[in-house]
Amino acid sequence: MHFKSTLAGLLAATMLAGAGSAQAETLRLLTWGSYAPDELIEKFEAEYPDIDVEVTFSNNEEMIAKLRATGGAGFDLAQPSHDRIYAAQLEYDIYKPLDLSKIDTSVMEAKLLDGVKANTTIEGEVYAVPHQWGTSGLMADKTKAPGLKSWADLCNPEYKGKTSMRLKRTILLGTAFSMGEDPFAAYSDLEKYQGILDKVADKLIECKDNIKAYWKGGDDLSAMMLSGEIVGSETWDSTAYKLFDQNENIVFVPPAEGALAWIDTFALPRKAKADDAAYKWINFVLRPENVTLMSASTGAIAAVQGGQDLLPEDKKAAVNAAFTKEDIDNLKFFANIPPGVEDMEGKTLEKIKAATGG
Amino acid sequence: MQNKDIKRLSLILLFAPFALWIILLIMLPHIGMVILSLKEKVAPRVYQYSFANYLEFINEPIYWNTLLRTGSMSLLVTALALLIGFPIAYYIAKIAGPRSRGGLFLLCLIPLWVSDLIRAFGWILLLRETGVISNFLLWTGLVGAPVEFLYNDVAVIIGLTYTVILFMIVPLVSTLDGMDNSMIEAGYNLGGNGFTVLRRIIIPYAMPGIVAGCIVTFMLTAGSYLTPILLGGKNSSWFTEQIYNQFITRFNWEGGAAFGMLLLLFTSLVIWLGLKLSGQTLANTVAKS
Repeated sequence: MHFKSTLAGLLAATMLAGAGSAQAETLRLLTWGSYAPDELIEKFEAEYPDIDVEVTFSNNEEMIAKLRATGGAGFDLAQPSHDRIYAAQLEYDIYKPLDLSKIDTSVMEAKLLDGVKANTTIEGEVYAVPHQWGTSGLMADKTKAPGLKSWADLCNPEYKGKTSMRLKRTILLGTAFSMGEDPFAAYSDLEKYQGILDKVADKLIECKDNIKAYWKGGDDLSAMMLSGEIVGSETWDSTAYKLFDQNENIVFVPPAEGALAWIDTFALPRKAKADDAAYKWINFVLRPENVTLMSASTGAIAAVQGGQDLLPEDKKAAVNAAFTKEDIDNLKFFANIPPGVEDMEGKTLEKIKAATGG
Repeated sequence: MQNKDIKRLSLILLFAPFALWIILLIMLPHIGMVILSLKEKVAPRVYQYSFANYLEFINEPIYWNTLLRTGSMSLLVTALALLIGFPIAYYIAKIAGPRSRGGLFLLCLIPLWVSDLIRAFGWILLLRETGVISNFLLWTGLVGAPVEFLYNDVAVIIGLTYTVILFMIVPLVSTLDGMDNSMIEAGYNLGGNGFTVLRRIIIPYAMPGIVAGCIVTFMLTAGSYLTPILLGGKNSSWFTEQIYNQFITRFNWEGGAAFGMLLLLFTSLVIWLGLKLSGQTLANTVAKS
């Protein structure tokens, strides 16, 4: 008898717990490290007490791999870059169209919004809107490498053994621009693009001798740069801004060929279960007071009107030290990646990594 | 009759967890991998069965070079782990007193309590150009400028040996522990010197432990990912990195699955060859220890 009542109690407790969690909605975010600071999550949960926020940190490639594995289930809001939506949707069908009427698009910077919409519209449906944008470029220690101005300078023998880069597609594109090519224009003609990639591979293999090591994440890049083991590197602007805080000689340098600009977006996974909560989160983080909190954590600029003015003071100083008006006008936005290009680029990167020459 | 049924039932019950583990977690995923590896993408969302992924491996020297490199470096690490681990295991099992034995064993185990990642970062702190060893050498005046020890194959081999050596020591200690000291004494009494006793008595006796240790360390090394990535330099590719690249960077799951199967086949082949060449079988070595 005693046993039975315990069992009944347990059952009741489980049912209660079940009912409780059914009421509270969970918003499962799949986003970049630092794109969901605790402070903002607490604020959001205070405003919407019936929504729990769960965060998974990832990067572009892993976001797509995770969503592909489940056919777009397991997460309610993803934040891939704008160039990673069109082809991924065509190949793997992992996103669903946005209901733009539920998003306050009027606060967004019109140029960025139109750009993202143009890049992510499939059969008349829009799949993403912009959230944060930033650039990839160079970083240099002003005192030790004042002449580092172009992507090609990473291979300048003057800095032999003192430069670094990440062996990913950014450096392929940057090097192509520095050789006078326009890789984005060649996306429509994959044979021509392969020709450019081959030339870039030769150049980067020759350059290997000049590189100290390929960095793999913001942490090892920061360690090499702060310790002075390297004097310049290919970098994300946000990493450079963080280092600027610690050493004012380390600045972000927009390459002469134009810094490569990316826009991280909001996109709904195909089998997302909490669309309303996702729209609430999107509108919540676009509010001016929250934009500053978000940018303080991400180091990137929000894609809202006047996003640059909403940066926290220290980041504003770093951006102003790095960018002139001309640099901003010279930005090259990553173009949509057509199907097949990732495979070609991946193969080129493998070739560079495996080459022992140079 | 009833007794027989009970025996059978208890056998099934005892065997069930193991069978479930093998089937659900080992066999099913591998069957899935084989099927995936035999698919070829012909157009977005359209796949057909073919051997294209395996042919790609054969036709591209980068891939099989990396696999051979991974294999040979793993063999080197296994040999180093055996060379360094054997004296340690012998000391713990035969020379150390019963009280210090537990303590020594514990000391060997402690590194396992921290994750691979932390251990790799430990090596990075020691080996980097502005790291502990380089600074120490500068301070003693042995070198005039900072030296970079990180980002090369030697760093990878040191890091891997350190990570796997424990899996060599544990089986060695347990086999050597069971060896009767009087066998060694008898060897000396019959006029053998230290080397003869080692070669004719200790090593043959420890063979099950040596083989078991070598198999485990080789498999762990060839399949490791973090240590070669973090400590390796700009030229050092590891095969697991190729698998990751196929899956994640190139979105080529079919190719990645084929590479995974190839790595499994390759390591199995190396172990089979090793057993053949040393005249051992799994039954009288690993199963025995």
